[in-house]
Amino acid sequence: MSVAVSGALRLERAFARARTERRLAVAVYLTVGYPDRASTGSLLRAALDGGADVLELGVPFSDPLADGTTVQRASEAALRNGVTLADCLSEAAAVVRDRDAPVLFMGYTNPFMRYGFERFATDGAHAGTAGVIVPDMPAEESSELESALGPAGLLRIDLYAPTTPDERLAKLLPNAHGFVYCVSLTGVTGARRALASDVAEFVGRVRRHTALPIVVGFGISSPEHVAALRGTADGVAVGSAAIDVVTSARPERRAAELREFVASLAVAGRP
Amino acid sequence: MSAPGRYGQFGGQFLPETLMPAVAELEAAFEAARADEAFQQELDRLLHEWVGRPTPLTDSSRLARLVGLRRVMLKREDLTHTGAHKINSAIGQALLARRMGKQRIVAETGAGQHGVASAAACALLGLECVVYMGTEDMRRQEPNVFRMRLLGAEVRAVEAGSRTLKDAVNEAIRDWVTNVRTTYYLLGSAIGPHPYPAMVREFQSIIGRESRAQWLERVGTLPSVVVACVGGGSNAIGMFSAFLEDPGVRLRGVEAGGLGVESGKHAASIVGGRIGVLHGTRSYVLQDEHGQIRETHSVSAGLDYPGVGPEHAFLHETGRVEYVSRTDAEALEAFGVLSRTEGIIPALEPAHAIADLAHIRLRYGADTDVLVCLSGRGDKDLETVMRAREAM
Repeated sequence: MSVAVSGALRLERAFARARTERRLAVAVYLTVGYPDRASTGSLLRAALDGGADVLELGVPFSDPLADGTTVQRASEAALRNGVTLADCLSEAAAVVRDRDAPVLFMGYTNPFMRYGFERFATDGAHAGTAGVIVPDMPAEESSELESALGPAGLLRIDLYAPTTPDERLAKLLPNAHGFVYCVSLTGVTGARRALASDVAEFVGRVRRHTALPIVVGFGISSPEHVAALRGTADGVAVGSAAIDVVTSARPERRAAELREFVASLAVAGRP
Repeated sequence: MSAPGRYGQFGGQFLPETLMPAVAELEAAFEAARADEAFQQELDRLLHEWVGRPTPLTDSSRLARLVGLRRVMLKREDLTHTGAHKINSAIGQALLARRMGKQRIVAETGAGQHGVASAAACALLGLECVVYMGTEDMRRQEPNVFRMRLLGAEVRAVEAGSRTLKDAVNEAIRDWVTNVRTTYYLLGSAIGPHPYPAMVREFQSIIGRESRAQWLERVGTLPSVVVACVGGGSNAIGMFSAFLEDPGVRLRGVEAGGLGVESGKHAASIVGGRIGVLHGTRSYVLQDEHGQIRETHSVSAGLDYPGVGPEHAFLHETGRVEYVSRTDAEALEAFGVLSRTEGIIPALEPAHAIADLAHIRLRYGADTDVLVCLSGRGDKDLETVMRAREAM
C-alpha cells in the first residue's frame, strides 16, 4: 500500500495534539525482538493503548555503548532471537499501518551503515516511519546519513546533553528537525530513582535556541518523574523502565502491565 | 560540517553527544601539552628514569640465519618497565590527565598489559585508577589482574558480550560518559575517537624514532622491511610513524590469523573485515552481514579485538603498509623459535611478527634487512603456551 501521510508529519501532529491538550507527549522505547520476536507487535500496541504518542523501536546492536544494563540485556536477547534491521522495518511498517502511529528507530551507526543509509531511507519511508535517533552519531558525523534521509523525508533526531555548551547548542539547534531530544543526565540509559537536579536549567538553555518540542529522556522511570517535568519539557522518552516492566511481568501479563505503566506515565503528564 | 581527525574516509568521532565536549577539551589539552616544553621534559625524564628508555636494538643473527635473512634486529620494547610498549602511552596520557586536573582514570585492558601500565603510571602520579577487564580475559591473564591490584588499581569485571577487550572498551566508555567531568579515559590502543589515534601514535612514536636512529647508527642505511604486529595497532603505528616518509622501507603489519582467516575464527580486521564503525571510529571491523560485531579469536589476548586503528585502515587503503595475518600455530612456533635462538621469550602478540619473517624471506629474498618491533615479553603467556603445547 502507499502511505498517504509521511512519518514526519505523523510525528509533528502527535506533538501538536499533546500541546493542544496541554499535556506531555509520551515516547516509549522498546527493543525489537525482546523478550521474543512474537511479542514485539503486541507490546508496541500495548504502549499505544496505554497512551504513548510516539514509538521508538530499538534496533539491537552487539555493542550498545550509550546504554545501561537493561537495554544491553534486551539487545543481547534480541540478537539471540535473530533480530535484524529488516525485522525492525517490518515491525514498524505493521504498527504504522494498523495504528497510524509516529514511529522512530533508535540504534547505533554500524547496523544502519551495513544495511546502507540510502536503502534504509527508502525502506524506512516506505514503512511510513518518521526517522532515526543514533546515539553514537553526533552532528559532525551525520552528513552521509543526512543526505540519504533528506530526499526520503526522514528525520535524524539529534541528542543534546547537559555537557553540551551553549555555543554548541547555538550552532547545532538551528539544524534540528522534528523535536529536540535532551539527555536528562550525564550517563547512559537506565532507570533511576531521582531526576537529575539540573534538568530544568538544562532544558531552559536548550529552549533559548529552538522553538521545536523538547523531549527529555534517559533515566525517566516513573509517573513522579513525568509529573516533575510538566512545565519544563514538551515530552518524555521512557525506555529502560518500560523494558523493566516487561521483564518482571509474567509472560501472559506483559502487554497488560506495559499498557498500565504507560497509562500511568500519560496521566502524570496531564494537567 | 567538517569532521576532525580523519584519515581519508577513516577515523572521526562517533560518540554520544555527552562526550563531544570532552574530546574537544582533550584535543586542546593534548595540543597544548605537546607544545609545552616543561611537559615534554617531564615526559622525557620519566621515559628515561622510570620506563627505562631508550630500549636497545638487538642484532639477532641466530634468528636471522634460521629464517634465512641477512639481518634481523629486534626493537626491545619487552625491556621497558612493566614489560611492553603500552607503558609509553600510559605514562604520557597519565601526565596529560594530571595536567588537565583529572584525578580519576579509567582504562580498559585485554591481555592486561595496558591495565598494568595504566595502574603503574597512576600509582606513580598519585591518580585513582579503575581498569575494566572482561571476565574471560581475567581468567586467561590472572597474574596481571593481581599486578594491577598490587599497584593500587581497582579491576572491574565485565560480564557483557564476549567478556573480552571489546566489552571492556564498551564499559570504560560507559563509565567515562557517566563521570566525564572528573574522569580521564586512558585508552590503550591507537583506536577510538579522535584525538586518541593521533595521541597514542604520538606517545608511541618514540619506538620508531629510536629504532630509526639506532639502525642508521649501527648499519649506516635503513632497514628494507619493518614489521610489527597489529591488534588495535599501537606498537605498529608508533614504529611505522618514523618510516612513512622513507619510500625504500617496506612496512608490514601482522594481524592475528587465529585458526586461519578462512575459518572465521580470527582477529584480522583489515585482512578479513569490512568498513564499519566501532568504539567511536570508522575503520575495518569484523562484523556479520547485519553489522553486528563478531566475536574474535586469537591465542594472544592483546590482538583479540574486532577493530583496528583508523590510520592503519588508511595506510592499507593507500598501500603504504602491507597487512598480512599469521595464525595461532605460526605464532606459537615463533614463540619457541625466538626463545631458543636468541634467549628471548616474546609475548604472543609480537610472536606473530616473528612468524612473518619466513614469509618476508620468501617474498623479498635472503638479502633483506628486517627490523622487528618486539612489543612485549612473554611472561604473561607462559600458561597459555603450556596449555597449547599440551593440546598439540
